[in-house]
Order: sequence, then structure tokens, then C-alpha cells
Amino acid sequence: MVAAYLLASAAFEVGRYCQAFPNFGAERRGAPVMAFVRIDAKPILRRSQVRTPAFLIIQDPGLLNVAGVLDGLREGGGILVNSPRSSEELSGETGKAVVSFAAAQMALQMTGKPLANVALLSAFASLTGLLPREALIKALSARFKGDVLEKNLKLVDMAADQVPTESWKDITHALSA
Amino acid sequence: MLSALEGSQALAQAVGLCRPGVVAAYPITPQTHIVENISKLVADGRLRCELVSVESEFSAASVALGAAASGVRAYTASSSQGILLMAEVLYNISGMRIPMVMTCANRAVGAPLNIWNDQQDSMAVRDSGWIQLYCADNQEAVDTTIQAFRIAERTEVPVMVCVDGFVLTHTLEPIDLPTQEQVDRFLPPYHFSRALDSRNPLSLGTCVDPSFFTEARHSQHQAVLRATTEIMAADRDYAGIIGRSGGGLLSVVGPAEADVAILALGSVCSTVQESMQLFPQDRPVKLIKLRAYRPFPMAALREVLQGVRDLVVLERAIAPGSGGIVGMEVRSLATTLTQLPRIHNYAVGLGGRDVPIEIYPRLVEAITRADEPAWFEIFDLEPEKLPVEDR
Repeated sequence: MVAAYLLASAAFEVGRYCQAFPNFGAERRGAPVMAFVRIDAKPILRRSQVRTPAFLIIQDPGLLNVAGVLDGLREGGGILVNSPRSSEELSGETGKAVVSFAAAQMALQMTGKPLANVALLSAFASLTGLLPREALIKALSARFKGDVLEKNLKLVDMAADQVPTESWKDITHALSA
Repeated sequence: MLSALEGSQALAQAVGLCRPGVVAAYPITPQTHIVENISKLVADGRLRCELVSVESEFSAASVALGAAASGVRAYTASSSQGILLMAEVLYNISGMRIPMVMTCANRAVGAPLNIWNDQQDSMAVRDSGWIQLYCADNQEAVDTTIQAFRIAERTEVPVMVCVDGFVLTHTLEPIDLPTQEQVDRFLPPYHFSRALDSRNPLSLGTCVDPSFFTEARHSQHQAVLRATTEIMAADRDYAGIIGRSGGGLLSVVGPAEADVAILALGSVCSTVQESMQLFPQDRPVKLIKLRAYRPFPMAALREVLQGVRDLVVLERAIAPGSGGIVGMEVRSLATTLTQLPRIHNYAVGLGGRDVPIEIYPRLVEAITRADEPAWFEIFDLEPEKLPVEDR
């Protein structure tokens, strides 16, 4: 949920309209939850659930084994997974093009907590070219302070290099309908 | 300033801008982040206000009642079963003509237990004598909350601001909050003409026998009806200071002369509006966003319904054994029109069922196909999930 709010806030920082909301339910840390983000150049009116996302960010690799998790992803859409296993391995298993890196592990080293959120968002921004680093930093600065913020900013820099820069740029253009 | 905020967070700030003296709330489910965020504002020293955390919604409403009666601006928030637990007090507040504001973060009422969004809770207390204003998005929710205090204080009728739970309260989007200076200009300090004062004792809520009860009810009914004027005035003055309307009694999207209309309350309006842009139909259609449900804006509705041949009334609640709640009232009002429209009454999105972006073409298809307009149907029912005898 925090990741969705951060992503939408970062988009807002670069002048986009945004909307972020949970798959409403009894959310608590550790339980499987879904959250959605919409980003657009014009105001977003619809309040319906996202059924056919252009991108999927999966924070727990275990969820890849849950039936239906990849359903609805648009043809050619991007999947980013927090996993210590390689992109090739996961792509082979799922039959879809997956980009993977050990976001939680990196967060644990940098911040002392295995929360994949920020590292994944940084990687997502880097893959899509949708959001400059500054936007993410602004969004993080609005939510965190002091030492926690400092560590997360370092995490942003580190995670950005873990994935091929702007390799999803074409998908972003093709699927932004 | 425009910022990306979660609905609940924005509403807490909006309440804070109104400088309440007392906020009382039951802090546990069914509750939203609104009071949690208000408590943060208080803890951070950004809002000087007595925050009373109570053991039930009954007490939350009672504390707010007492505070407002003693001349302090008061606020509470709840939803679902919490609203029902307040019901007795809600009647007391409105019957005693105590001005206060509450947010109803609209949610389904159990059983079956369901925490998701519909409007059964506020509809269950629609006859409690409170003004009810329904918000289509978080911006309207913020603007309506600020207006609500002025409406309540000028009419001495309490106001319930109905904001769809989760769909609005838990959604982060760009929301503009007016400045403190603007809100101070719009909303003068609270003054209650009948405030409890030990130097000038008076009784509120005493027993009224049959010789006066009828008159008390009549005067309450008139007061809520008259609030129509104040709701419009508050919106006009708000627009003058802040530069944006909160939606008046109702607003119309689409061509005024369209002879097909969809009438709805709350956030479903937004989805229908985008659906209308995405899937244009051959016949022109207009959307009527009903903001004021109590008082029921009869004159304004009559005006926008004039000339309508097909009218869809969308409900987010149900009166079991009867059907539509809003539909029933609109149908009764429509009998006073020169031409009675065909009224198609549908409930959608009960207990959080997703209202999909294809809602508009589906509705148009349904009313075009129907030989007889639906007296009442649950539009998104999936009958195959039910045993044959229940379908």
C-alpha cells in the first residue's frame, strides 16, 4: 500500500494526475494485499478496480505461485519481481518476460529492514523512464525523515542500477492508453 | 494547495481547518483514518482541540452532542454498524436542533459481515432529521466538509457528509486544501444561540407531550426543507472565496436537453462520468449528480427532470421487500412532472462490488432492451451463484 501511495505521489510531483488505492480489505503488513496505481496526463475520474494493468510489481516472489496473480496483465506488459532468483529463471517458469532483482535483500543491507518497497519503485522508475529520480525523492521526503530518509535515498540510487535503464520505455508508450 | 493526499488524510485536514473544539470518536473498526489523522494533528500541536476517544459510537455522538450544545464546534466520524449504534443519538441531535458535523464513510451494514463500500448505513438514518450531502470525489468531500459546518450552524440542523468508504477514504489523489485564511473568511467562529450556560440555565431535550410534539416535528421538517437555501448559499460563498463549487444541491454533466438521464449519489458518479466519455452513445445522455439527499431538492430535481423520457436511478443500498430507496422518492416526485419518464431503478455495487468502467454502455443497453422499465433490479447480480429458488 505504501509503495502504491509513494508511486502515485511521485507521479504527482512531476505534474501527472494520479490515483492509488488498495484492493480494499483488511490490510496488515505481511498479509497478501493488492494495491493499484493509475497515472495519467488528464484527471482520473473512474473509481473502478484495475483489471488490465500495464505493469505488475510483485513484492513477494511467493505470490508468483498464487493462481491468477498474472491474470489481466496487458499483452506485452511488464512484470517486476522482488526475488533473489534471476530474471531468466523466473521468465522461464512463468512463461512471461520478468525483470527480477533482490530488492528486499538490498533494503535489508541498506536500511536494516527487508522492505522491498522503495527499491522496487526506484527500479520501476528506471525501467519505465516514467519518473525522474527527483520525483521519487520528493515523494519519499514527504513521508520519511532523518536517518530513515537518508538510507532510503541511498537505496533509490543503488536499486536504479539493478535493472536495464528505460528498457520498458516502449511498453510505457505502447500501453499508456 | 494541491497535494497528493489520501482521502481520509485530506478530510482530517479539512476538519482541522474548521477549528473544531471537540472531536469525539470511537477509534476502532468501523472507523477510517480520518480521526486517526485528526489525533495526529492534535498530537503534533497543529490543531488545538479536545480529542475524546470513547468506547462506542453511541458515546462518540453523545460527546459531540454535549460539546456542540455547550457552544463548542463539534465533529465525529463513523460508518456502517457504527452509524446504526449512533442512531438514537442522531435523532436526539437533530431533534434538539444541535448544529454539528459528522462524516459517514459509507459502508455496507451486516449481516453478512462486510466492510466494503455501499450506502446502506447513511440510508438507514436518512429520516433521522440530518442534512445528508453525498460526495462524488475527494475534492468534493473536502469542500463539502468545510461547507457543512456553516450550513449546520446557520440552520441549526446537523449535517452528515457522506463519503464512500475505501473508494474515496482510502484513495490517494490530487486534492486541493484551501488555506486557513480562506476557511476563516468563509466560516466565522461558532456561536450557538441556545448554548448551555450555567449563568443562564435552560433545558434541552425535555419531554414534549402530544400537545406540542406534532409542532416540534413540523418545525424540524420545515427547518430541514429550508436548509436548501443555505446549502446553495454556502456553496456560492465558498466558490466566491475558494474558487470552486462543492456541487450545489445537484449538478448535471452532459447536454441539459438530453432526454435520457442517469441519477446517482456519491463516487459512482465519477465512474459513470468517465464511462460516458469513453463510450459515447447515439442518444444524448446527462448525468444528474445528486449531492443533497436531505433536504430532498424537489424544485431543482423537477427542473432537471423536465423533458426526460428515460431516467435511470442508481442506488448503492436496498430496501428489502420494497426495492430502491432513492428510486422510490424520485418516482414519487416524477408524478408531478408534465411528462412522466420511464424510470429504471437499479442497485449497483452493494457491499463493495466493483462498478466497472463499462457501466454506462451496459445501462444504456439495458434500458434500450427493456420493454418495461425495471421497477427495481440489482443490476450487477450474478444469479448463477444462487440456488435456483432464490434467483
